[in-house]
Amino acid sequence: MAIDPLSNARSERRWAFAMVGAAMMMLFAIVWASLSPHMNPPSNIENVDPNTLHIAGEFTEDNLGTQVDAKGRVTTRIVTSQFSFAPECVVVPQDMQVTFRFVSPDVIHGLLVVGTNINTMVVPGYVSQVHTMFDKPGDMLMPCHEFCGLGHSQMVAHVRVVPIADFKPDENGRVACAEH
Amino acid sequence: MGYVLTTFFIMGFGYFVAESALRQPLPAPRLAWLGFILGIVGTVMVVATVLTGHASVMFTFYPPLTASPIFYLGLVLVVVGSWIWCVLMLVAMMRWKRANPGQPVPLAMYATAANAVLWLWTTIGVAVELLFVVIPAAFGWTQTVDVGLTRTLFSWTLHAIVYFWLIPAYIAFYTIAPQAAGGRLFSDLMARASFILFLLCGLPVGLHHLFMDPEHSTGFKSIQMILTVLVAVPTLLTVFTVTASMETAGRLRGGKGLFGWIGALPWERPMVLATGLSFFMLWFGGFGGLINMSYGMNAMVHNTSWVSAHFHMIFGGSVVIMYFAIAYHIWPSLAGRAAPSVALQRIQLWLWAVGMMVMSMPWHWLGLNGQVRRVAQFDYADPSMSWWTPWMAVSLAGGFVLVVSAALFIWNLVSFHVERSAGVYPAPVKYATALHPDQPVPAALNGFALWNVFVLILMAAAYSYPIAQFFILNPPQAVVHRVDR
Repeated sequence: MAIDPLSNARSERRWAFAMVGAAMMMLFAIVWASLSPHMNPPSNIENVDPNTLHIAGEFTEDNLGTQVDAKGRVTTRIVTSQFSFAPECVVVPQDMQVTFRFVSPDVIHGLLVVGTNINTMVVPGYVSQVHTMFDKPGDMLMPCHEFCGLGHSQMVAHVRVVPIADFKPDENGRVACAEH
Repeated sequence: MGYVLTTFFIMGFGYFVAESALRQPLPAPRLAWLGFILGIVGTVMVVATVLTGHASVMFTFYPPLTASPIFYLGLVLVVVGSWIWCVLMLVAMMRWKRANPGQPVPLAMYATAANAVLWLWTTIGVAVELLFVVIPAAFGWTQTVDVGLTRTLFSWTLHAIVYFWLIPAYIAFYTIAPQAAGGRLFSDLMARASFILFLLCGLPVGLHHLFMDPEHSTGFKSIQMILTVLVAVPTLLTVFTVTASMETAGRLRGGKGLFGWIGALPWERPMVLATGLSFFMLWFGGFGGLINMSYGMNAMVHNTSWVSAHFHMIFGGSVVIMYFAIAYHIWPSLAGRAAPSVALQRIQLWLWAVGMMVMSMPWHWLGLNGQVRRVAQFDYADPSMSWWTPWMAVSLAGGFVLVVSAALFIWNLVSFHVERSAGVYPAPVKYATALHPDQPVPAALNGFALWNVFVLILMAAAYSYPIAQFFILNPPQAVVHRVDR
């Protein structure tokens, strides 16, 4: 086998350029996805006091679940705590923009909805906000995905996606999974 | 597992390299034993608190969950033991350089010292988190925790720690495997450059573990994402240099044609076999890693079994199988005996690779379908989860194969000492020489002063505001949640 230092160095340099090029292509694809279709992770730095959020403000019990505001915007508010979601089932309309807002009064939680872009940590002290649009009706799984204590495995909720025709807010703009 | 297996293996291998590659005695062996004893005492403290249910916070802690202070102090002792190792490695290298002025430090030692430097930088984050936030809370001195701050400090450590675990495997790729295969190292300089790239790019990237966190802005997340893309480069360079080194071995053994050299390699040698299996798993683990770091795409996989599959493949698979092979490679010179059965060593390595593939592959698929991680049990009666059952059974079977392999590994090492083998005194471990050993090594690639300055600049750019923001914005704190009483 011929051992030629110059040709070795050349092939090595070529490979290095090719690999840096490949990395740059990946980077380009990621940056494009972030700028053009706005595929960004949830990053709204918005504070909420974990010790008082249940007493006053946006996340008191009456305000939890799905609500349609005067402008027709759909917002779903959920409190995650050891070891359940409140509420454990939420209703959302199909083919409409939905904003989810999550808070935790105790420890770190996290969640995802299978098959969607909903995936966020819920860190005490912060509001986690995710926007999405569901394209199919049905019940979707929303488990807690971050270790929050020994009951973590039991912490599961569901998102019920209904066609717009079946999405009927009451006089306060609220929609819930079950009639009370 | 993540802390104990790795830290003890890396310390032991480092001491071995410092003596065998530099051919000089280890400076202050008593200090080395002190580090070892601190590590053992720390491990006992950690294991005792975990097994008695006083530290169910897992190994990333999740404050405001707070365990018994003994758990955290045990971890501190393990880390302090490893700091002693770091200092000894750097002292050993400096002594050698003083005794051999103008000579390049042997590659195996240079890489080991790079790992020591990396580890000193890496542990700053977790040390600050433990000493200033978590341990005061565990003793009851403080009642609240800034959760965003603790997550950010831990992220400082969280990614670079895996390079600390990985580098010994790469040392074996570069300096032991080519020798074991009967070849030469293709390029000494490229190897040095790869280790330096790990040092530079492995650290300022920890925020990619916090892509889905609400306490950081898209700006700093994207800066660290860009640096994460670069971290793929040293691995891709390694793939080339190590493959080319193995090719020289295959061709020297008479392999012909484009791929003929692969068959000509001495696959019956455990080090060569392990390198092959490790590379095979590196493709899957590396691919998974590229998906994980892809910013927007991370939402598909964050905290799912996909991530568990990724690091089992790349750490449990690619890296740990090289730990096994290194142990087999250096044990004869430690025990003063030849291996009783190389065939059993091969079987152990095969079982490990097959077990790891069978266990991790279903997790990739289930993770994409929303199976979350860190869960003790699933409700298989739920229709959206019931179809996971057969895949979990496959994964479990892979896990059993791994247990058998691990037991066989321990037996393979014990058997050096129990069986009265013929006792051919083995040759001391040799490290691969470069194809062109006369190539001059620039001073920058023979020390770390310059690179430490670069690491400082990169870390300042990547982490100064993300950490400072917690003191500027003063976010509301969370109440400590004790799990130990």
